[in-house]
Amino acid sequence: MENKNKDLIDYLLILGDNSLILGHRLSELCGHGPSLETDIALTNISLDLFGQVRSYFQYAAELTGGEASEDTVAMKRVDREYRHTWLVEQSNKDFAYVIGRQFLFDAFHLPLLEQLVNSKDEMIAAVAAKSIKESRYHLRFSSSWMERLGDGTQESHQRMQTAINDLYPFTYELFEETETEKLMLEAGIGADLKAIEATYRQTVKEVFAKANLEIPTAPARKTDGKKGIHSEQLGFILAELQFMQRAYPNMTW
Amino acid sequence: MKGNPIWEVFIRSKNGLEHRHVGSLHAEDAKMAMENARDVYTRRQEGVSIWVVESKHITASNPSENGEMFDPAKDKAYRHPTFYDLPDELEHI
Repeated sequence: MENKNKDLIDYLLILGDNSLILGHRLSELCGHGPSLETDIALTNISLDLFGQVRSYFQYAAELTGGEASEDTVAMKRVDREYRHTWLVEQSNKDFAYVIGRQFLFDAFHLPLLEQLVNSKDEMIAAVAAKSIKESRYHLRFSSSWMERLGDGTQESHQRMQTAINDLYPFTYELFEETETEKLMLEAGIGADLKAIEATYRQTVKEVFAKANLEIPTAPARKTDGKKGIHSEQLGFILAELQFMQRAYPNMTW
Repeated sequence: MKGNPIWEVFIRSKNGLEHRHVGSLHAEDAKMAMENARDVYTRRQEGVSIWVVESKHITASNPSENGEMFDPAKDKAYRHPTFYDLPDELEHI
């Protein structure tokens, strides 16, 4: 029997899974950052993202009912049930990839939240209101590093441009409206991706200019992460994310 | 490597009047030092104002000179404002 809230639940997954997977990727850096200060900064961002995930998933679990909890939502779905975009799945190849991925997400996340504070769904509006300040700081951090690395040494510039060339084609998926997002927008609950895209491309233009980086012209990667089709990277991510919960069901600390 | 110097971090708490020294960190420049200080030293609501100063700009007293620097103040009670008879009309001093 279909849950009458299925579209809203799906939307909460679309919102939460980007933060979940990106938060997970950042957590992989714990103890491995290029410096003590950046290690703490990146894991702080990870924690901020997980805080948002908890709010979205507690709500989703409530709407799902039964035995669902934030933990089952986060860790007991199969790969095709995750709704994040391919951008956040990309690995921590080097610091330029970490910063590139972060900036390309933050520049999207902030305008997304700025729209969601006006959502007709009070819970989503509340989560967005709390998350906005965090996201503003994330964008400040990642923009700063984009500029430092892009407009830095020859090596940092090269690595940053290489990372951007690889990551930029994944940004188009952020703005492809799924059926769920269309329904949510019509209901006054969800964000307008087309409006966000304009802000996004402008932010990218400004920061890339300061960072002395070229905006790649390669075609978009046509990926369907929001529909549950993911790259092989997700397999490795879920193996780590879900292992304990699946090997020792209902384990507690 | 000549870059990436050390900075000293000072934080004023919400109810405090002065910035207190809380530690140090590495950063390339003032902007990065400020952001690093925020990330490393304000995670638990330690404060609402941050000062960062490159360590090289701080001059510290030499502990081996503590004798002549600080001992002479020890037995000079007349330097403390405790020898006045305050009139009763003065309420708020």
